[in-house]
Amino acid sequence: MTEGQLAAGRTNARLRAASVSAGYGATPILSDVSLSVPDGQLTALIGPNGSGKSTLLKTMARILAPERGSVLLDGKAIHQSSTKDVARSLGLLPQGPVPPEGLTVRELVAQGRFPHQGLLQQWTAEDAAAVGQALATAGVADFADRAVDSLSGGQRQRCWIAMVLAQQTPILLLDEPTTFLDLKVQVDLMEMLADLAHTGGRTLVVVLHDLSLAASYADTLVMLRDGRIVCAGAPHEVFTADRLKAVFDLEARVSWDAETGLPVCLPLAPQAQRRRRTRAA
Amino acid sequence: MTQAAGLLARRSGSLMALLLMALAGAICLLFALHIAVGAKPLPLGTVIEALLARDPKAFDHSIIWDLRLPRALIAITVGAALAVSGALMQGVTRNPLADPGLLGLMAGASFAVVMTSLVFGPAMTNWAPWIAALGAFVTALAVYAVAHWTPGGPTPLTLTLTGAVISAFLAALVSIVHLLNEDSFDNLRVWLSGSLSGRSLETLGVTAPPIIVALLLGLALAPRVTALAMGDDVAKGLGIKTGQLKLQLLVVVVVLTSSAVALAGPLGFVGLVIPHVARLLVGSDYRWIVPFSALIGAAFLLGTDTLARIAIPPREISTGIITAMVGAPVFIQLVRMRAR
Repeated sequence: MTEGQLAAGRTNARLRAASVSAGYGATPILSDVSLSVPDGQLTALIGPNGSGKSTLLKTMARILAPERGSVLLDGKAIHQSSTKDVARSLGLLPQGPVPPEGLTVRELVAQGRFPHQGLLQQWTAEDAAAVGQALATAGVADFADRAVDSLSGGQRQRCWIAMVLAQQTPILLLDEPTTFLDLKVQVDLMEMLADLAHTGGRTLVVVLHDLSLAASYADTLVMLRDGRIVCAGAPHEVFTADRLKAVFDLEARVSWDAETGLPVCLPLAPQAQRRRRTRAA
Repeated sequence: MTQAAGLLARRSGSLMALLLMALAGAICLLFALHIAVGAKPLPLGTVIEALLARDPKAFDHSIIWDLRLPRALIAITVGAALAVSGALMQGVTRNPLADPGLLGLMAGASFAVVMTSLVFGPAMTNWAPWIAALGAFVTALAVYAVAHWTPGGPTPLTLTLTGAVISAFLAALVSIVHLLNEDSFDNLRVWLSGSLSGRSLETLGVTAPPIIVALLLGLALAPRVTALAMGDDVAKGLGIKTGQLKLQLLVVVVVLTSSAVALAGPLGFVGLVIPHVARLLVGSDYRWIVPFSALIGAAFLLGTDTLARIAIPPREISTGIITAMVGAPVFIQLVRMRAR
């Protein structure tokens, strides 16, 4: 798929941003951004701090209303649709959520069933099954009755993902789910998310900070800078040293590991290089 | 606080239902006890007999129906209203120290009653319930209006700060009036510390319907408060209209608190501490915190008001004083039990 197709065409995508401009109060962040999210794939949003990737995610999740343009879910403007109806198609995990003190994992995950419940808040067998399945998929069933705030960072993030999974939406938007976690936990989480897309057939949009991780797992990389999409496409096409320079001002070498086929992003850090060279000499 | 998930780590619906029924049973028992004790102690058998089938000629039955029953019912109503009000306030502000007086409701009630008796004299005492409710309600509107004019609008933070500032301002005015005019406030002293004495069944008749409606609405909204406590963005992602929900919750809090103030004066402690007692027992899901707060609040106020009536016969202590005196050590013990 080419960039042109992503930006404008592909009107059959379930979730699309059409010429969206958005920001906070008087501060504009996104200007005229269009993006068709590929169905059943993992799309990663990357870009420097303040580039607007979280703002784009929030606007697509209808948390933030666009000043101009619109976000379309199945062809309907998402900000004009019933928010509870949207919540049955689209789940959101915001950045760094804080669990209420003492809330158990099961209780947290059960909140994901809200959009499926009626006015009288009937808890059905279907709800219980969805919660059980979400606990198992996220790998948190073993401590379902413990308080979320007593768990480690990685386990806690899995609980939040389980909550969004219990929502049983075909589309999942996640804002920096791996930030502040150690590398092994990040990889495990990304494995799980990729599996949700490739085995589960769900559409995932994930804001990520780690470039190698994003390029390794994403089917589509979307690079943002100064509130605009610089490029979007398969990692093999867009994850290049030139692009990293253009988007991040980062001098880096990008190589593809021959054995694994995975991308490696090596920042060309001048100080570190000098130090290693003098030691070697 | 520790990070334990309440005393009941694993909570099933049936266990919760059983606990709720046990609490309801305890309330019935405390209710009968509340009526039985007093200047003329009555046997529990007589109390139950009178409640089930009133004999208009029996003097004891008249004491029960005309004097003691209203007060017991008021204790239940006020206890439930303040505890639920406090629980919702803590949920909507995400502040564990929030209480029903946070929006200036208690200070507004006190101010209104003190000022009207300053201007119109002690004759106004009969009108105190309505003046208090009106004072609380008007103060809530004023706090909301001031918070509305701040740059951020009426967020939980601006509402809390505005409420604290207006409360302090009104309390200062009340103190000034107290200092300048000592004698005329003797009759208000008991009312100002929170008391259930001297309220008629009519006052309860007027305040009970709004309290019942607000309690039911609070129960219906309770599950959403848990989602709200996880943060605005999480709640919005789940399809909750957070702005609308917060407004609905604040209206429930104002109705419950103004009505409770009409019945019992500015009674503190219950609204702050009872939701925490409920939390210690059932954890952090408002689905359970709200109903348990209602029942524990009712039971607690029935119990402490019974003590207030019999502690130093023939006089009685103000209920508001007993709630804090008895409640504080009980609460500390509960926290210690959970920490273990």
